[in-house]
Amino acid sequence: MSEWLPEIDRWRQAGKRVAIATVISTEGSAPRPVGARMAVTEDGEMAGSVSGGCVENAVLLEGQDVLKTGTPRVVRYGITDEMAWDVGLACGGTIEVFVEPVDGSAHD
Amino acid sequence: MTEGGATIFDRVQELVAARVPVAVATIVRGDGVGSKLLVLPDGVEGEGSFANLGLGQVVETAAREALQAEKSGVHTFGTTEVFIDVHPQPPQLIVVGAVHIAQALVPLARTLGFRVVVVDARSALATRERFPDADEIVVAWPDDAFTRLEVTPKMFIAILTHDPKFDEPAILGALATDAIYIGAIGSRRTNEDRRARLLGAGVSEDQIARLRGPIGLDLGGGTPEEVALSIAAEMIAVKNGRSGGSLRQATGRIRADG
Repeated sequence: MSEWLPEIDRWRQAGKRVAIATVISTEGSAPRPVGARMAVTEDGEMAGSVSGGCVENAVLLEGQDVLKTGTPRVVRYGITDEMAWDVGLACGGTIEVFVEPVDGSAHD
Repeated sequence: MTEGGATIFDRVQELVAARVPVAVATIVRGDGVGSKLLVLPDGVEGEGSFANLGLGQVVETAAREALQAEKSGVHTFGTTEVFIDVHPQPPQLIVVGAVHIAQALVPLARTLGFRVVVVDARSALATRERFPDADEIVVAWPDDAFTRLEVTPKMFIAILTHDPKFDEPAILGALATDAIYIGAIGSRRTNEDRRARLLGAGVSEDQIARLRGPIGLDLGGGTPEEVALSIAAEMIAVKNGRSGGSLRQATGRIRADG
């Protein structure tokens, strides 16, 4: 089940736009289970975790992009293989993360 | 989808806070990505996208099954992939005895996701000042309190009064529920005496076997915080169907939810 992050309410009350990333599937020994969550703001604040630190920075950029474009999306992070991936999971799992805006997607 | 985002997010938070079991279905691939449908015990709420795609009924059925199994995950319906995220009712811990170990256990259990109720007949001990984190404080004798408490499917009971005149009625009250965890504090000697008295009072061996006494995992701790940790650790082990030893000595899966 999904985690609830108190920061989300704080940021929204402060008028910030927030994107949420939720682990929707895992393969192999992923560091965080399905339902694990991370939230980011336009300004680059982060709370929670989807991978225990491996891909959070990449997820932050996706979250900011989702806030900019208004398009929710699935992002997949895979097994570490220095040739293939800049950003990978050290423990060798694969995760899929769904990134969506909290307060709708409009950015007119 | 866009206008509904805030509303649905707030609505889910509200339902979770009210401990209403809810499944949130979100389209993650296919048409209508981001659309959400909430499935509650007595109905559904949310956008028409699912109905427009002809998925309303199948997604609702899958969501109810997922909620029952307490398992979040992605389900595929033709070309549409839907993430069903479940928020089951949280487990509930009843702490009998508003004592110092209870003061350490209550915030710990809250952090671990339990709804926590503190019960004690002594109004000087069962106070909001002493238990700022408790979801509910009930000033009552335990036998009376058990008839007033909300009985939930996943109930844990920790009896910490350390005084037979409180803890034995509490144990009898607890054994009358279908709680999955009933623990009572006390030394091995206290535990043996208590067992003898319960047998004498006509409680069956099978029923007494449900009682975890001395309460907690064998961590050897002595401070209220350490004892609270050993109790909380035993509760988590029971919740996950584990015995609570070192992982080094175990060979199975590390995470029960994995």
